[in-house]
Amino acid sequence: MFYLKMFFQYVAQYIKVRLQYRTDLLVEFLSDLLFQGVNLVFILIVFGHTKLLSGWSQYEIIFIYGFFLVPFAIFSSFFNIWDFNDRYIVKGEMDRILTRPIHSLFQIILERIELESLLGVVTGIAVMLYSGGKLGIGLHWYDPFLFILFAIGGALVYGGIFIIMAAIGFWSDAKTSIMPMMYNIGNYGRYPVNIYNTVIRFVLTWILPFAFVGVYPASYFLGKEEWYGYAFMTPVIGILFITLSVFLWNKGVKRYRGAGN
Amino acid sequence: MGKYLEMIRIRFLMMLAYRTNYYSGILIYSINIGAYYFLWQAIYGGKQDIEGLSVLQMTTYIAVAWMARAFYFNNIDREIAQEIKEGKVAVELIRPYSYLGMKTMQGLGEGIFRLLFFSIPGMVIVSLIFRLHVAFDPSVWSWFGISIVLSFIINTQINLLTGMTTFFLFNNDGLIRAKRVVIDLFSGLLLPISFFPMWAQTVMKYLPFQGISYVPSMIFTEGFKGNEMIQAILLQLAWTVILLIPIGVLWKLAKKQMIIQGG
Repeated sequence: MFYLKMFFQYVAQYIKVRLQYRTDLLVEFLSDLLFQGVNLVFILIVFGHTKLLSGWSQYEIIFIYGFFLVPFAIFSSFFNIWDFNDRYIVKGEMDRILTRPIHSLFQIILERIELESLLGVVTGIAVMLYSGGKLGIGLHWYDPFLFILFAIGGALVYGGIFIIMAAIGFWSDAKTSIMPMMYNIGNYGRYPVNIYNTVIRFVLTWILPFAFVGVYPASYFLGKEEWYGYAFMTPVIGILFITLSVFLWNKGVKRYRGAGN
Repeated sequence: MGKYLEMIRIRFLMMLAYRTNYYSGILIYSINIGAYYFLWQAIYGGKQDIEGLSVLQMTTYIAVAWMARAFYFNNIDREIAQEIKEGKVAVELIRPYSYLGMKTMQGLGEGIFRLLFFSIPGMVIVSLIFRLHVAFDPSVWSWFGISIVLSFIINTQINLLTGMTTFFLFNNDGLIRAKRVVIDLFSGLLLPISFFPMWAQTVMKYLPFQGISYVPSMIFTEGFKGNEMIQAILLQLAWTVILLIPIGVLWKLAKKQMIIQGG
């Protein structure tokens, strides 16, 4: 309960701050749209030169991309910890966090919240509706619920991986340059995994399970029955990874000795 | 000159200090290129060539483009923005060197580090796993070398410009992010320019971005040869000169802005 109250207080504060600098907010909306547009342009140009991608059509690939945008937007809004190491460990901010009676990870997530990224949910759903319409996909009454479940599952997968990356900072001196590259790898979960060889497919399914953020859950809505098993595992993998990451984080915090002295 | 060389060296050593960084860097670059390799194999399907590039040339193009990116890519736009916001830039300005020159040299130190520790080992690993079209012609390599130095300069100039906009916009995280996305697409990192529809190609001809990734990658894969190659390099050279103008103007304006802020 206390955590929920904290959450809403931080959100209210955040909205107040953001509305102070409206042009900033606008520029960020535009740059998000641009980012989403560029990936769409890539797909469109590629399909200007080919009809099928290992048996998947253009609108199917666009649909997967649309789905991917939703968990990715949730992730970007709430797990903005890619510069954790620089910001909190190197600069000693972690000391401040640890003196307070709320779980350290929760505090950092609240401090680094970026709600404007939620715009991606809207774009994602729009892209899905558009390509879904072209493909003539029908909706069952339970599909929206499954969609929410899968989207949250996917966001947890993303969040789990990035919290693990951040927690590694407690042990190693690694600077954060792995993090941006991780964003690149995250993108490969958007393409049908059957185009990759077994090693990459294995990595994207079990080690860095980004396939659960894009192609696996999306194939459920596309009616690709051979992937249903994976699709329904999305929330499981999400919970598994977030639990693992919090466990690692707690271990890391115990090791933390503070900066400077 | 000596002090600038020293800056390259210091930045290089700073990068070297973080060891886990380079093991993971090589690994992640290899996975990255691997994933693209299969994506492009799938895009080609059974086709012999698309827009004059064979599948072998295409996969090489992607591998080289990402490896070259390790060299030309740097975060000095973010660093400049940070230093302006924290007010550190005022101190930097009274020091006996050019601030922009120093930033460029730091970027170069970082680039040389990534070239030696990511690009070269990564390229070796990737070429062992995947079939790539690697030319053994020393002239191709030397033209590629010239071209990649020019891409570093163009990319750095654009970074300096984006970084300097902080003087006027105060918070330009969005702009920096947008610039990165635009460069990835328009420089030909994700897709060769020749794959774009004609109208888009015409627009891109008048932009400096293709000098960053498209030109060196095409030279390496021998998609550009002879006259076409020389022209492409001359175009790169032209942009390095042209971009000096907005940098000079913006820097002058920025210094004026500084006095107002500093009080």
